Amino acid sequence: MSNQIVQGILLGGYYALIACGLSFMFSVMRIINLAHGSLAVFSAYSLWWLASQFHISPFVGLLIVLPLMAAIGWALQRFLLERSARGGALLPILTTFGLAIVIDNLLFEQFGADTRSLAPYIGSLSYDSWEWPGSIYVGKLAVIMFAAAVILLGGLQLFLTRTRLGRSIRATSEDPDTAGLVGVDARRANALAAAIAMVTVGIAGAFLGMRATFDPYAGTPQLLFAFEAAVIGGAGSLWGTLIGGIVLALAQTFGAQIHPQGFLIGGHVAFLIVLFIRLSTSGLGLRGLLRLPVRKPA
Amino acid sequence: MSAASPVIERGTPASRISAIAVVVIIALLAVAPHFLSAGAVDRMTALFIYVILAAMWNALAGFGGLVSVGQQVFFGLGAYFAIRLADAGLNPFASLFVSAIIVGAISWPMSLFMLRLRNGEFAIGMWVIAALTHLLVNLDRLVQGETGTSLISLNVYDVGVRRATIYWLALAAMTALLAMLFGLLRGSTGAAIRAIRDNEEAAASVGVRVTGTKRLLFVLAAFGIGMAGALWLATSITFQPKTYFSVQWTAYMIFMVLVGGIGTFEGAILGALLFFLIETWFGGTGVWYLIGLGATAVLFSLFLPRGLWGTLEERFGLRLLPVGYRVRLPADAVDGDTAPSTQQSTAQREKA
Repeated sequence: MSNQIVQGILLGGYYALIACGLSFMFSVMRIINLAHGSLAVFSAYSLWWLASQFHISPFVGLLIVLPLMAAIGWALQRFLLERSARGGALLPILTTFGLAIVIDNLLFEQFGADTRSLAPYIGSLSYDSWEWPGSIYVGKLAVIMFAAAVILLGGLQLFLTRTRLGRSIRATSEDPDTAGLVGVDARRANALAAAIAMVTVGIAGAFLGMRATFDPYAGTPQLLFAFEAAVIGGAGSLWGTLIGGIVLALAQTFGAQIHPQGFLIGGHVAFLIVLFIRLSTSGLGLRGLLRLPVRKPA
Repeated sequence: MSAASPVIERGTPASRISAIAVVVIIALLAVAPHFLSAGAVDRMTALFIYVILAAMWNALAGFGGLVSVGQQVFFGLGAYFAIRLADAGLNPFASLFVSAIIVGAISWPMSLFMLRLRNGEFAIGMWVIAALTHLLVNLDRLVQGETGTSLISLNVYDVGVRRATIYWLALAAMTALLAMLFGLLRGSTGAAIRAIRDNEEAAASVGVRVTGTKRLLFVLAAFGIGMAGALWLATSITFQPKTYFSVQWTAYMIFMVLVGGIGTFEGAILGALLFFLIETWFGGTGVWYLIGLGATAVLFSLFLPRGLWGTLEERFGLRLLPVGYRVRLPADAVDGDTAPSTQQSTAQREKA
């Protein structure tokens, strides 16, 4: 059992990776990007394409894909989200949902229905493991993934609190108009935040491809995982996202113990329970739930 | 009314003509199976189901301000309960209707919980509900996981009788649901609904029961979409959870409503008609068809967020099935134009 708990915690690192971009974008722009999961799958396909066509290792491939993802994030904000956000809170949901359908089906059109994986391109890393005390075997990849999540979340936290750019993003998320008065370019801050979020999505996509298989329609479950981890983690800091990811992964692990098909059910049920408890204790609705993460008192 | 005061009217000459047209169209549709081919009857049934889906999603998003991407949960449950009820020995046609009622009943406790989520949280929270429900339905032995099952008891009916009956049931369901929605929007609840759509806080501050009104729309939409799912099951017989709980259904609803005109009663119907035509012409192109639908939805949300009908309505002041009030200034007020519909003397909240 302790073995499963360790595996669950490490899997939580992946969920934290995929969730941090979603909650970051929400906290800055108040937009839930429904194309989030599809973009992660897009990143995985890009790496797969580079690896299978040009024999570029996925880790090297990230050097190409991450700048591309940043550019996509910037363009997404400038050309799509900015415009649709002006039409109210509901339009961005519809815009990004439409975008998700376009991305999913373009991937299907381009790569077909076959499931792919990056595992064949990372050598022995996909199955190597360390033996921990108590005869627990942990995959090297899982540990790397968890470490990446910690580094990414910590780096993001440092960036937001310690750098000028980070502070301008936080100022914009608090109050774009007042931020504008003190010389912060809100459009630029938002576009930058979207670019950063997409870089995290790109990294999450890479690990998605390495640890499992994916197909063109794998974006939907990734979006749901990201959303669930972000909401479960909820209040506090970006570290809440990591806790949210771990809780989600553990719930899935326990679900799988109870019933062969219980993996996903366990995660969804845990999400709803957390939601229910929080709604019945706060009484204020979920308003602050997702935007709290980066709101750390300076 | 004196010439000096602005005229508040509910109907327009065009709307009175269209009211008659609606009656004629429904009457024509009712006798249509006698003249149409079997394939055409099936396609028309699909169209009625699309109209229901579009109208119900529009009621929720366009009037209630609740964008859900998990409405397939009600579609799937509508079909699932119909299967269950028919398996328990209920007449298959009756089970379609009872199933929709059960779906509506389930949506009420769900609303207590989900309606406290806002905007994107509600949208994606509904998606989680749909994914979870799909997994739970798969656990039912009767459904046999993704293999699915069929509404076998429908096979005792002659194929022609069955087709025509489902057609009439779909037509009746569509007419009844549209009439319910129309009545709701024209009544005092309608004013509350539009007030909430325009500004929730302001509506609450003038005494509109925001949550209760939203709940009403949520339950109505669940009931209507449950009905649509049950009817779809009746036309296709087979039930595969994957097909019924697919997010594609919500994608279709969003497409129809966005293109037709979100928040306008006529727009959803127009959108369903357009979707039906597009599907008939391009549905065979597979993946490009879906890419086209998604791209069109993105373009409409960016450049024509009011949709086709919303834009037409704005430009030409067109009202075919008016659910709101309009104020005309005395300069162009036409006196003596006796409207058959009751004229409201006090305009509480106007639909611009």
